[in-house]
Amino acid sequence: MAVIGRLRRLLGDPLLAALVVGLSLFGVAMVYSAGQLDVPDPTVAGAWRLQLLWLGVSIVAFLAVLGIQTRWLEWAAIPAYVVGIVLLAATLVIGTGLGTARGTKSWIDLGPVMIQPAQFANLATILMLARVLGRWREPPRSIWGLWKPVAIVALPMGLVMLQPDLGTAMVFGAMLIAGLYWAGTPLGLIAMLLSPIVGLFVSFHSVLFSIYVVALIVFLRLYRAYLWEGVGVVVANLAAGAVALPLWNSLEPYQQARLMVFLNPGMDPRGAGWHLIQSRVAIGSGGLFGKGFTLGTQKRLAFLPEQHTDFIFSVIGEEFGFVGTVGVLLVFGLILWRLTRIAERLADPFAGIVVFGIFGVWFAHVIVNIGMTIGLMPITGIPLPFLSYGGSFLLASFLALGMVQRIAAEQGRI
Amino acid sequence: MQPFHLYARRRRAQGAVAVIIAGIGGLALAFFHTQVLRSDTYALQSEANRLRPLPIPAPRGTIFDRNGRIVAENVPGYALSLLPAPRDTLYNTLRRLAPILGLTEARIAQLMEKHRAAPVQPLLVSSDLTFEQVSALEERHFMFPGVYIDTRPKRHYPAGEAIAHLIGYVAEISEAELQKPEFADYAPGQLVGKAGLERQYERLIGGKPGIRYVEVDALGRIVGEYAPQTKVPPVPGEDLHLYLDLDLQEWIAKIFPDDMRGAVVAIEPGTGHVLAMYSSPGYDPNEFVGGVDPAYWRKLNADEARPLLHRAAAGLYPPGSTFKLATAAIALELGLVDPNAYMPIPCRGGMSYGNRYFRCWESRGHGYLNLADAIANSCNVYFYQLGVKIGLERFLKEASRLGFTRKTGVDLPPELEVAGRFPDGLGWWRERFGYTATPTEVLSLAIGQGSNDQTPLKLAHFAAALAGDGKLPPPRIAAHPLAAPSPGDGINLSISPENLAWIREGMRRVVGPGGTAHLSSLEHWDLLGKTGTSQNPHGKDHAWFIGIAGPKGGAPEIALAAIVEFGESGSRSAAPLVAKAADYYLRRKYGMPVDSVQTLREHLMAGRPAPWAVWQ
Repeated sequence: MAVIGRLRRLLGDPLLAALVVGLSLFGVAMVYSAGQLDVPDPTVAGAWRLQLLWLGVSIVAFLAVLGIQTRWLEWAAIPAYVVGIVLLAATLVIGTGLGTARGTKSWIDLGPVMIQPAQFANLATILMLARVLGRWREPPRSIWGLWKPVAIVALPMGLVMLQPDLGTAMVFGAMLIAGLYWAGTPLGLIAMLLSPIVGLFVSFHSVLFSIYVVALIVFLRLYRAYLWEGVGVVVANLAAGAVALPLWNSLEPYQQARLMVFLNPGMDPRGAGWHLIQSRVAIGSGGLFGKGFTLGTQKRLAFLPEQHTDFIFSVIGEEFGFVGTVGVLLVFGLILWRLTRIAERLADPFAGIVVFGIFGVWFAHVIVNIGMTIGLMPITGIPLPFLSYGGSFLLASFLALGMVQRIAAEQGRI
Repeated sequence: MQPFHLYARRRRAQGAVAVIIAGIGGLALAFFHTQVLRSDTYALQSEANRLRPLPIPAPRGTIFDRNGRIVAENVPGYALSLLPAPRDTLYNTLRRLAPILGLTEARIAQLMEKHRAAPVQPLLVSSDLTFEQVSALEERHFMFPGVYIDTRPKRHYPAGEAIAHLIGYVAEISEAELQKPEFADYAPGQLVGKAGLERQYERLIGGKPGIRYVEVDALGRIVGEYAPQTKVPPVPGEDLHLYLDLDLQEWIAKIFPDDMRGAVVAIEPGTGHVLAMYSSPGYDPNEFVGGVDPAYWRKLNADEARPLLHRAAAGLYPPGSTFKLATAAIALELGLVDPNAYMPIPCRGGMSYGNRYFRCWESRGHGYLNLADAIANSCNVYFYQLGVKIGLERFLKEASRLGFTRKTGVDLPPELEVAGRFPDGLGWWRERFGYTATPTEVLSLAIGQGSNDQTPLKLAHFAAALAGDGKLPPPRIAAHPLAAPSPGDGINLSISPENLAWIREGMRRVVGPGGTAHLSSLEHWDLLGKTGTSQNPHGKDHAWFIGIAGPKGGAPEIALAAIVEFGESGSRSAAPLVAKAADYYLRRKYGMPVDSVQTLREHLMAGRPAPWAVWQ
């Protein structure tokens, strides 16, 4: 009992910590399996050792973060945010690409290691967002009242888009929605905020777009939006519709291909559709119980692309079958549920929004990454928390876990 | 309400849990669909992904000669193929293979062209790898994605050059051949008989390739053999037995003068079985197996001796005096000549006909001659008169009936044999030269001059008919029911045995004492023959000899025709070839030791007694 009590004082939520560490160890095992190919690829074969090393580093960092009081985090939000923005801006200048995304600028080369500044800017932005939203006396009644949190997220999000890294940018969006939601923003306002994005996609069909705009106006009437608010939302939607085509044309061909392939993977089975088709074949051929640890043939024969990073879940699906995928999904579900439990008990708005922001980020990663492996989501190349090979994201995730644990421990009664 | 009031937080947390359940549950449902409901489909796709069917070449049937000697066999060989891949990948692999295999730029371009024609088939790069090349490649296995080396039977012709034209060769099927309906069931890369017997009996000896599956990775690199029980074994080709006597064939190749061009054909009387069919100069058919080296091919094509030409079946030469035998046969058949009687006009070195004077080759003249003497002396004047008796139109008709305007129908691919060139009617001159033939034309034709070109095969076949009872099926090389000629085909001289005997008597005197070819006479065998000289506007005359031979006093057992280009004199260059070939064949047939000293001339040169020689 004494040990559990000490752990609780230190950890706040031992179950969450156990789930995350266990999942991470399983991740190392899967990275090892991903390196077991019939024609060995030396960089992938040794990746599991590096991942284990990163896990060690991450746990040390996690323990260090446990010592940081929540008040200090709130105080550090502004400088951390500024540093994050500077890092992101610097990445655009001195950054390099990696792996299949060689043409982008997402990484900073520090000699022995490459780091991905966006993952750390992500944490800083959560803190900054929580600091701003936490000061709301009451939620705004008008969409114009959202300008500050939107601006805080839009700045790093825009920088990440310039790299370009659409997937990570999407995660920033998820973080903003999660933060606003937890701060009590009326759902109608969130809907209005998101509506231009819907408009962007709907605009490809002119009749559909007309119906959509009419529906939007009806919604604004029923919601009794302010006049200028309503006009602003409609104008934003019309603008989104207008820029949709130029925006599409400004996308890189591979980005266009990925979006098209998302709609029809058979379109280009040897090219852009390859990843998705091979991933689905790997997962589907796994069946109920899978082909066994390290024995996936799709993976062994190198049909699976990026099998140790973005498509690690396909390896799980191939080697452990439906039982394995549901098991991992359940663990993710439990982790996310623990986060909502912690956030629910926090009366302090800053702490609650930090935890729920992290929830938003992880939730987006899990849904987008796993959804992408069977074609429910476009291929955006964002990693799966605790499972995908990659030090920066693992470290950032454990830093986030450390903050959550500290916050929960300070709350003291879970 | 305060946004951070407990109830507000609880309500939002409940909303969040609903979102978790929706998100995770939605994914779980999708995975249930993919992994449980549609698992079979994806499992199949996963197999198809990694398994590539590869053909297993069928071993071709072995070809044996009449004594069971191997004419064509299979020896183990190594073949290198590339699995289907994008063009760039293939091209890069070929470039990297080039130093090891010795591929030229031109060959690579040729292979890329082949790939363009059949992009989903494995690309056969070489089926003639040495062991050193194979080990060099195995060491660098991972450098060469999609490279596949397998052992497969490789064709080998032990007799080499001696049977080059006859046997043909095998090579990869061409794009043009693939278009033909007869090759509908052939796949690109498959080996097919390209010429000669290999081609003629492809359906029989070719066999049917099997299929096996190999496991490949995403880059097309072969990782291993897949489940051996799923492979379809190849059906080996049937063996083929020939009437050919390979020893005789090799003997002829050996005795044929190395620097001379020409052909020798030997046929068994009565049956039409081809005992030997040799053309000089030759080439090594083994060089053609699995793709001929372009340099060798260029050399053969550029050679003015035209070694690729199968002179025995496709070489046309004016038959010269040998054709007098045909004239005699036609006259006897029509009952126009009494073999014992003299012709009305004696030979005084020539005769007048119409308003022209026609010369005999012997300006001193032969005097009065009967048929046998006329053949023995090859007297033109006698045969001019025979020609006039027959008449031009009848002569053309009968010569056509004897097949001098047609192919013999030997069992070789039809385009590899050419038909004799001989007027098949009076219209022949009009069609070709635009004038009407005068009746005097028959005088030239009767002595083998004029518009008349025949192949050695045709003359050997004709000689074999003379050697038997006048009837002979078409020549046959292979002993197989498929090769059986239909009844009625072939040659029928329609001459009585007595009359045939008169022709043979004439031929006997050619080689007999005082005959022009007496120096080619043999110690143990009767050799009968007829020399011929075909006038050659391009140089020295071509020399002919057609002969039949058998035990003394017995029926002839072998008939031969030999042509030696620029050989000048039939008796000096062509007759010894026929004599030596016949002697060799008959000695072996009757269990006598083979001796290289065979003809009378050789006995004299070697200083051996020649009791059968008679000097006049």
